[in-house]
Amino acid sequence: MNENEVPLLEMRHISKDFFGNQVLSDINFALKKGEILGLVGENGAGKSTLMKILFGMDEIHQTGGYGGDVLINGQKVQFASPIDALAAGIGMVHQEFSLLPDFTATENILLNREPLKYTWLSEVFGERMNILDRSEMEEISKRAIARLNVPLDSEMVVSQMPVGHKQFTEIARELSKESTSVTEGIKLLVLDEPTAVLSEQEADSLLHAMRKLSETGIAIIFITHRLQEILDVCDTIMVMRDGKIIKTVPAEGVVITDIARWMVGRDVNTAQRQAREFDYENKPVILSLENLWVDMPGEVVRNVNLNVHQGEILGIGGMAGQGKLGIPNGAMGLFPAGGKITFEGKQIELNNPRNFLNAGMAFVSEDRRGVGLLLDETLEWNISFTAMQVQEKYLKKYLGGAIKWRDQDAIEAETSNYVKQMEIRCTSTKQKAKELSGGNQQKVCLAKAFAVAPKLLFVSEPTRGIDIGAKSLVLKALRKYNEESGTTIIMISSELEELRAICDRIAIISDGKVFGILPATTDSAQFGLLMVGQTSALQEGGSV
Amino acid sequence: MTLHMTKTQKVLRFMGNNTVPILFLIICAFGIPLSGYSANYLVSEVIVRIARNSFLIVSLLIPILAGMGLNFGMTLGAMAGQIGLIFISDWGIAGIPGMLLAMIISTPISIILGWWCGKILNMAKGREMVTSYIIGFFMNGIYQMIVLYGMGAIIPIRSNALVLPRGYGIRNTVNLIGIRKSLDNLLTVRLFGIPIPLVTFAVIALLCLFVLWFKKTKLGQDMRAVGQDMEVARAAGIRVEHTRIISIIISTVFAGYGMILYLQNIGTLNTYNSHMQIGMFSVAALLVGGATVAKANIRNVFLGVILFHLMFIVSPMAGKNLIGQAQLGEYFRVFVSYGVITISLVLYEVRKKRDRGLAGLVLAAEQEETV
Repeated sequence: MNENEVPLLEMRHISKDFFGNQVLSDINFALKKGEILGLVGENGAGKSTLMKILFGMDEIHQTGGYGGDVLINGQKVQFASPIDALAAGIGMVHQEFSLLPDFTATENILLNREPLKYTWLSEVFGERMNILDRSEMEEISKRAIARLNVPLDSEMVVSQMPVGHKQFTEIARELSKESTSVTEGIKLLVLDEPTAVLSEQEADSLLHAMRKLSETGIAIIFITHRLQEILDVCDTIMVMRDGKIIKTVPAEGVVITDIARWMVGRDVNTAQRQAREFDYENKPVILSLENLWVDMPGEVVRNVNLNVHQGEILGIGGMAGQGKLGIPNGAMGLFPAGGKITFEGKQIELNNPRNFLNAGMAFVSEDRRGVGLLLDETLEWNISFTAMQVQEKYLKKYLGGAIKWRDQDAIEAETSNYVKQMEIRCTSTKQKAKELSGGNQQKVCLAKAFAVAPKLLFVSEPTRGIDIGAKSLVLKALRKYNEESGTTIIMISSELEELRAICDRIAIISDGKVFGILPATTDSAQFGLLMVGQTSALQEGGSV
Repeated sequence: MTLHMTKTQKVLRFMGNNTVPILFLIICAFGIPLSGYSANYLVSEVIVRIARNSFLIVSLLIPILAGMGLNFGMTLGAMAGQIGLIFISDWGIAGIPGMLLAMIISTPISIILGWWCGKILNMAKGREMVTSYIIGFFMNGIYQMIVLYGMGAIIPIRSNALVLPRGYGIRNTVNLIGIRKSLDNLLTVRLFGIPIPLVTFAVIALLCLFVLWFKKTKLGQDMRAVGQDMEVARAAGIRVEHTRIISIIISTVFAGYGMILYLQNIGTLNTYNSHMQIGMFSVAALLVGGATVAKANIRNVFLGVILFHLMFIVSPMAGKNLIGQAQLGEYFRVFVSYGVITISLVLYEVRKKRDRGLAGLVLAAEQEETV
């Protein structure tokens, strides 16, 4: 390849902040024609934001644009919408499928770009009264599928396809964008986690197809968590962490452990490590999950077996979409689940949140605003509600329990206690939950769970979307509560460092299954390997 | 990955998917012998109803295609059709020219009302049905104001047969003698002594062909796309809101034409009531034919007209023979219409939930295989 050639895509000094929160700073890279660039980084490293900038997504414009320049073929561009980016020959395949379930592969591939046959009615009512040219559609879609070189039936309805074929349909759609008078043919393809849902065999044929495409001059940005694939197929590897590019290196000679270290090896700054020696192995098992499956869209859990010991803090980590969130949601009964859950020796009936709560467990949902809080109610109500409903706390009983009155004094006292203890910033305990900031809302959620005094507490993504200060407060509160009341805590988080800060052991979920359990003190590169689906030689830390 | 079903499971599934038509078959099976009507009479009545109602019901199909559910707002089109009929009655234009003129008058009114209704429905995505139902009530108020106070006072209506004795406002019933059965009687053949209105059937057939053809157009494809997932369609550059508005406009215009066809068969216009009932009966008939909120086709239209109106025809007589009161049948009709709509709406949600549960079963089966 000619070194002096103008790069197909160049990004210069790209920076982006969301309301003062810097998510990207000084991103520089160039991409040549036919080059495959592997982009890796943890969740929240800024990969998606970078791609959103490239495509001119609304989200970027609405939050004040970005700094720096995007150049295509040496020309500065600024796309007003993804449609413009598509017209310039940049295509993207998203992690979530953007397909219509009742349409065939062909109909999806050519959605809104169908070739038409003339009818006279179009003279009166406009172009949309022309008839679809079905045979031409088949031809174009078959041509695009042939470029991919995969066994995809163009006439199959998407809802009946295996997941891999849906992915191929998405890619074929980008490839079918041939040069026309208005748009340019596809020249840069962004693939966001295309192999996450594929079987090994399907993934292989996709990697093969990518190579073939790059030979025809199409450049590819390949985002994936499976590092082996990066090594297999990419020319260049770019590692992002905390909104910066940590490394851009040619793929040759790089080994997986290097990439894993670059990815996760950050300075520990979000939370102080609070390592402790906790002898979980000699504690009784308080909760055991056997063959648990959960049908939570986007977070499917398959056949999970897990034992939790009394008094420990167990972390559950893993990449987004791998199923870690499905575990607590399924256990509580918020999504259809099957298998067996035993708590303190008793089997808990699934798909019934009340049973879950009555057994003495509690769940702080990752969906604070939806499930966690009564937004229009006061803090007092929010904190006391579950305890009142489930355990009849804060009630004064008359006539042998026939009449139950709310004990307002007790509620107020308890609420102000929590407000003080957890430093909830509010004007009074009567303030409405929706008026609080994200971090304070999270604290209210925790207080609500603490008020129930559960024996076991599931906490899902407790620090998502809150600032660093609030983060460490929340983590501290969890650890303190665990130590003072002996409550077993299962914390689910995408941030490994956060898990390592307070957990005793950490289970990594990949592809809906427990991939490994390691003590929190293990080197983070080991966790990095587990997250990307590499079985580590170092598998210790109790029963899997 | 699919689940293997046994034969009984398949039968149960079929019954579950077709609960409403099966229910109606049972009602009719009991009602027909009770009523004591002859087969000849029943067939001729059903043919009359098919000619009378199917155009109106077909007008519901296109919004369903666009994922907007059952367009209760078709009453708007019915009002437009009635306004057209009032004008041609006043001007004394009879026969086919009268009908055509009424259609021409109703078209711009329908387009404006449909556009406005579509705009509102775009603001109430996901709640289209209840919104269009209430819009129907709201527009009824405006229609009454125009017809009861405007016509004869501001809008010139001269005929004494139409205007109330006080000098303005239209009478409660308008005799459509000029166009009565003019289309039905244009060309009829008798089959086994049963008159069949050929031209009306031809018009309905043309409309059905149009709907079938429409599904193949770019616009039809866009509507199917919008109906499945608005966000995906938008991302592909389809003008989602625009497409939805067009679907409501088409439905409203057809409902106007359907109303004119309906009233030419009946021969009298019930100025303040005709349009209110028609929306509900059309929706109920379509649902009886096995349509759901998300899926309907021409087969559903005709099966629905036949079953629903068979029930309509036999129930008064069956009621009379059973307990000596024809009123029971009348009560039964209305009760059943609302009942059918309720059951269909509930069943639709139940089925959706069942299909979601199925995904879980597949997951469990998959797990067993690997264990």
